[in-house]
Amino acid sequence: MTDGIPAAPGTEGWFRESPDGFVLLAGRCTACGALSFPPRTVPGCPDPGCEGLDQSPEPLSTTGTLWSYTDARYAPPPPYPRPPDTEFSPYALAAVELAAERMIVLGQVAPDIPAEALRVGMTMELAPGTLLSSTGVEERVWNWRPVAGYDAYTGEAHA
Amino acid sequence: MSGMDSVAVAGVGMHPWGAWGKPFAEYGSVAARAALADAGLGWRDVQLVVGGETIRNGYPGFVAGSALSQALGWHGAPVASCYAACATGAQALSTARAHILAGLADVVLVVGADTTPKGFFAPVGGDRPDDPDWLRFRLLGATNPAYFGLYARRRMALCGSTEADFAAVKVKNARAGALNPYARFRAEVDAETVLNSPMVSDPLRLLQICATSDGAAAVVLTSEDYARRLNKDAVRIRAISAPTPTYPRTVPDFPYLASDSMATAAPAARTFRESLAHAAYEAAGIGPEDVDLAEVYDLTTAMELDWYEEIGLCAPGDAEKLLHEGATALGGRVPVNASGGLSSFGEAIPAQAIAQVCELTRQLRGDAGDRQVAGARVGVAVNQGLFGHGSAIVVGRA
Repeated sequence: MTDGIPAAPGTEGWFRESPDGFVLLAGRCTACGALSFPPRTVPGCPDPGCEGLDQSPEPLSTTGTLWSYTDARYAPPPPYPRPPDTEFSPYALAAVELAAERMIVLGQVAPDIPAEALRVGMTMELAPGTLLSSTGVEERVWNWRPVAGYDAYTGEAHA
Repeated sequence: MSGMDSVAVAGVGMHPWGAWGKPFAEYGSVAARAALADAGLGWRDVQLVVGGETIRNGYPGFVAGSALSQALGWHGAPVASCYAACATGAQALSTARAHILAGLADVVLVVGADTTPKGFFAPVGGDRPDDPDWLRFRLLGATNPAYFGLYARRRMALCGSTEADFAAVKVKNARAGALNPYARFRAEVDAETVLNSPMVSDPLRLLQICATSDGAAAVVLTSEDYARRLNKDAVRIRAISAPTPTYPRTVPDFPYLASDSMATAAPAARTFRESLAHAAYEAAGIGPEDVDLAEVYDLTTAMELDWYEEIGLCAPGDAEKLLHEGATALGGRVPVNASGGLSSFGEAIPAQAIAQVCELTRQLRGDAGDRQVAGARVGVAVNQGLFGHGSAIVVGRA
């Protein structure tokens, strides 16, 4: 924890903030190495061929390729938090493919990035994000944001 | 066909889809009475009632099997209630079929009915941080259309699909739905109207996403011998598949926050959605080339195109070509969603897979009126929903 913002409900153990940076933590099966994000809440490996019951925290890659994206133009229903007396702010969602882990992780896109700025294939990086609870309290979540200037699919630099 | 797969669809019935907010048991009893009348049977002939549940407001579907039995007047028949998200109706049919094949019942009534609030589906109330469905709303605000937007945008990136391609699916399905007296939306729609409707989850607009609806569907399944005595043995359930996904899932399907990692295990040759129809084809001893028509779960227009490829109607990436050739329209080589699909009905979750079988049965009997697919002998219905649920049903003429 670097700035004292508490983890959003249900995300305890899902990420780590330190002076070295912000990382998502998968559960890694101690028997076969299978990764799960979020970490599993029920003992047992997700691989049906493995009898392992234990997992250990494993940091995930903090950059990946934008697999797809969308945006939310209409306010979602509860339990999505909506602080009192606030207008709904549209946000984009990203699905980012991590190369080493060969998995796709969803997340909200950082609020300063509009959906129009996104392209499938862009390189994205993880960043700490903040949700406001329904009582207006800040909660830590994770965001994705584009790494400026590079398109992973075409390999071309762009503005 | 061997005796092992001889379960007959002796009767089908539906309540129209709409948005009235009446009790779901009212819709369900209308559909059930219609299915029994269609089979030439009375309520007291029913030996088992299988009700499809929806999970909302605490009690699952208000305990569907018994609520529907009470609505029709309890007469002591055993009940079963099934929940499998969008595959609920298929699981209910599977339960009914298994009882018949095991010799435990000759006549089973399968009913699915729902009263659905307007707007986005939302999880059950209360703080449930161990529930992925609660988490995706609470942390990401990821509604069902948000996931559908991800899949549609991915299709655009991989296959070069356009918004206009997606709109053409809506135009096609609205044309079929206009001919279906049970459909909620019965007006034809042009592409321009679709493309000018409000953006919900980029790239999907309001008219490219199915609505939430009230509705009901019922099917009377009987043993082959019983159906023959009723002279209602023309249409048979040839296969029902409802497998789970296999690890590792390659796609971040809803309501999950990630796909599975493929770093330590290789994925199966077929994706989950591909596996649904192929498992049913294999059980029925047919291939996709034998299919005369299909009902697919078009939660969105883009998803209908995905299904064309996943159920084997065309090669991956060729769905737009199949669509624009007119192959999947009424009058085409293999009409898809001749009923009008979810596009014209909206979604009444526990009823939907049963409604698909109602449509296929009417088509195979030659009773589909202006929507009739000439000479249809084999139909397939597929769906996919939350929590790794999905199913495929193959229906064939005897």
